Amino acid sequence: MWYNLLEMDKKYLFKRNNVWWVKLAVPVYLREKFGFDLRKSTGEKDLDKALLVRDSILSEFKAKLSKDSDQKSSFETNFSNKTTYFDYASTTPVDERVIEKMKECLSFEGAFGNSGSRSHVYGWKAEELVEEARLNVANLLNCDPREIIWTSGATESDNLAIKGAAYFYQSKGRHIITSKIEHKAVLDVCRQLEKENFEVSYLDPNENGVIPPQAVKDAIREDTVLVSLMQINNEIGVLNDIEQIGLITRENGTIFHVDAAQSAGKIPIDLSNLNVDLMSFSAHKIYGPKGIGALYIRRKPRVRLQPLFHGGGQERGIRAGTLPTHQIVGMGEAFRIAQEQMEIDYKRLTNFRSILWNGLKDMEEVYINGSIENGFPGIFNMSFNFVEGESLIMALKNIAVSSGSACTSASLEPSYVLRALGRPDELAHSSIRFSFGRFTKKEEVENTVDLVKNSVSQLREISPLWEMYQDGIDLDKIEWA
Amino acid sequence: MAYSQKVVDKFEETLKNPEGASVGRWKPGDKDFHRVGTGIVGAPACGDVMKLQIKCENIEGENRIVDARFKTYGCGSAIASSGQLIDMLKGKTLEEAQNISNQEIVDILELPAIKIHCSVLAEEAIHRAIDDFKSLRNND
Repeated sequence: MWYNLLEMDKKYLFKRNNVWWVKLAVPVYLREKFGFDLRKSTGEKDLDKALLVRDSILSEFKAKLSKDSDQKSSFETNFSNKTTYFDYASTTPVDERVIEKMKECLSFEGAFGNSGSRSHVYGWKAEELVEEARLNVANLLNCDPREIIWTSGATESDNLAIKGAAYFYQSKGRHIITSKIEHKAVLDVCRQLEKENFEVSYLDPNENGVIPPQAVKDAIREDTVLVSLMQINNEIGVLNDIEQIGLITRENGTIFHVDAAQSAGKIPIDLSNLNVDLMSFSAHKIYGPKGIGALYIRRKPRVRLQPLFHGGGQERGIRAGTLPTHQIVGMGEAFRIAQEQMEIDYKRLTNFRSILWNGLKDMEEVYINGSIENGFPGIFNMSFNFVEGESLIMALKNIAVSSGSACTSASLEPSYVLRALGRPDELAHSSIRFSFGRFTKKEEVENTVDLVKNSVSQLREISPLWEMYQDGIDLDKIEWA
Repeated sequence: MAYSQKVVDKFEETLKNPEGASVGRWKPGDKDFHRVGTGIVGAPACGDVMKLQIKCENIEGENRIVDARFKTYGCGSAIASSGQLIDMLKGKTLEEAQNISNQEIVDILELPAIKIHCSVLAEEAIHRAIDDFKSLRNND
C-alpha cells in the first residue's frame, strides 16, 4: 500500500503559489484545440488533500478530451496518408546524423567561434571542424582538401567557376562551350558573359540527352578557354561521359568545369583520375543543409579564378566571407555518410526505378525522357502522351513530383531540356519527373504505379487528344486554332 | 502555385465522375447530331486543348442550349474552367451564352492571374461552338 502511494505521489500534480495544481498532457492530435496541457487548481495546499481532489479533476479532463477523440482517427489517417516525396532531385531532407553534428556548432557550449579567429580556442575549434569537413568532402571525391573551396551552394560554385575562369583567362581567349540542357545556374551565367562579349557555343544533346564527346571535340577551338557540362542532368538523370570529355579539354589546354550538384555522393567520382579542373557541389541534394556548397579547384595543373566576392580573405582570397561552421560541418557529415551509403543507396534507387518502369511500361503512349541505360536511377522522367503534366500532378495529389509542363513554371514555357532532346512540345507538356532518395520506401513506389495508371486513364478519359488518337486521327495534321 | 479550393473541387469532381460532370461527346451519326455545335480551341503544343459541344433546341422560337459536353487537355484550371463553363451554359439561349465573359469564370473559380488564359480559352470555345451551330443551321 505504501509503495502504491509513493508511486502515485505527485503524479499529475505541480505546485504554484503554494497551492497544488493538476496538469494533464494533451495528445498531439488535440493540441491545436486544447494547447499542450490542461491545468486546474485543486485549491489545496496540503498534498494529501490535493491527492483526493486530483482524480476527479483528471476524469473531468479526460471526459473533455474524449469528446474529441474522433479527431484522433482523422489525425492518424492524415498522418499516414502524408504526401509521398518523389522530388529528391529538387532537394532532400537533412539526415538526422547531419543535424546532430550541426547542432554542435551553434550555441555558446558548442563550436560557435569564427574559424578565422587565430588568437583563441573558440576560433581554433571551429577551424578544426571546418577542416575536418573539408577532408570529408575531399575524401568522397579523392582530391586534396586544399582543392575544396566553400561556397553558398552549387549556383554560386557555377558562377565562381565560369565567371572566375572566363575573366581570369580572357586574354587567352573568349570562347566558352556548354550545352543546351545545363542548369540555369550555368546557362544564365553564360548568357551574361555573352553580353560581356564572350562567345558561347551551346551544344545539342543526342536524343537520349547525352552530350556526345565528339560534339565537344568538334566545337573546341584554340581560343576556347572553358567547357562547362553537367555530370547528371537534373531533369532527366542522364550521365555525361566526363572522362572522355576531360581528355579532349586537357589536350586542348581548355579548362573543364563540371556541375556535379546531382551526382556527388550518388555515383563514384574520382578526381585523381578525371581531367576535370573545376567541379561544383551542393549539400542539400545529398541530405545536407541548404545554403552550403563547394567548388573544387584543381591545383595540378593549377587553375586560377578571379574572385566574385572580396573581403576578409577567407578561402585563400577566392571566396571571402566568414565561414558558416554549422553549414560546413553539415555538408562534411553528409558527404561522409554518402560515401558509406553510396552503394546501398544506388542499389535501392535502381530497384525503385525498375518497379516504376516495369509497372508502367505496358501503358499506351508512354515515353522515357532520357534513357535507362545512361541514366542515374534516382531521376526518372516520363511523358504520358495526351495528358497534361500539371493536371497529372494535381490528380496525383498525394505524391510530390515535378513536371516539365509549362503550367508548373512561372514562364509558361515547357521544359527547355526536353525540347532540346527533340521532344515535341506536347510531350514536354506531358512530362513528369519522379526522383527517389534515401528515405523512399518500396511500398511508396509500388503504390505509385497503380495511382499513376488510374490518374492517367482518368485524364485521358476527359482528353480530346486521346479521343482523336483513339479515332486514328493524326494530331500533327490538324490545324490548331 | 496554389489553386483555390474551388478549382481543386471542380477538377476532382470532373475526374471522379466524368459523366456527371458532362464529359463526353456527340459523334457524327448520333441521333440529333445535326443539332450539335462543336468548338475546338487551343493547341497541344501550347499545353491546352478544349473541345466543347452544345446541343440546342428551338424552344418557343429561340434556340436554347439543352445539353453540353466537353473534353479538355490541359492544366487543372483549364479542366476546371471548362467544367464551370458547362454549368453556366445549360438552359441559356445562344445569345445569352454568347455573352458569357471569361471574367465570370475567373471570379467563380478565383483563378490566379497566370491562369486567366484558361478562362479565355473557355470563352473562345463557346463562341466557336455557337458559330458552328449557326453554320449548320444555314446549311439546312
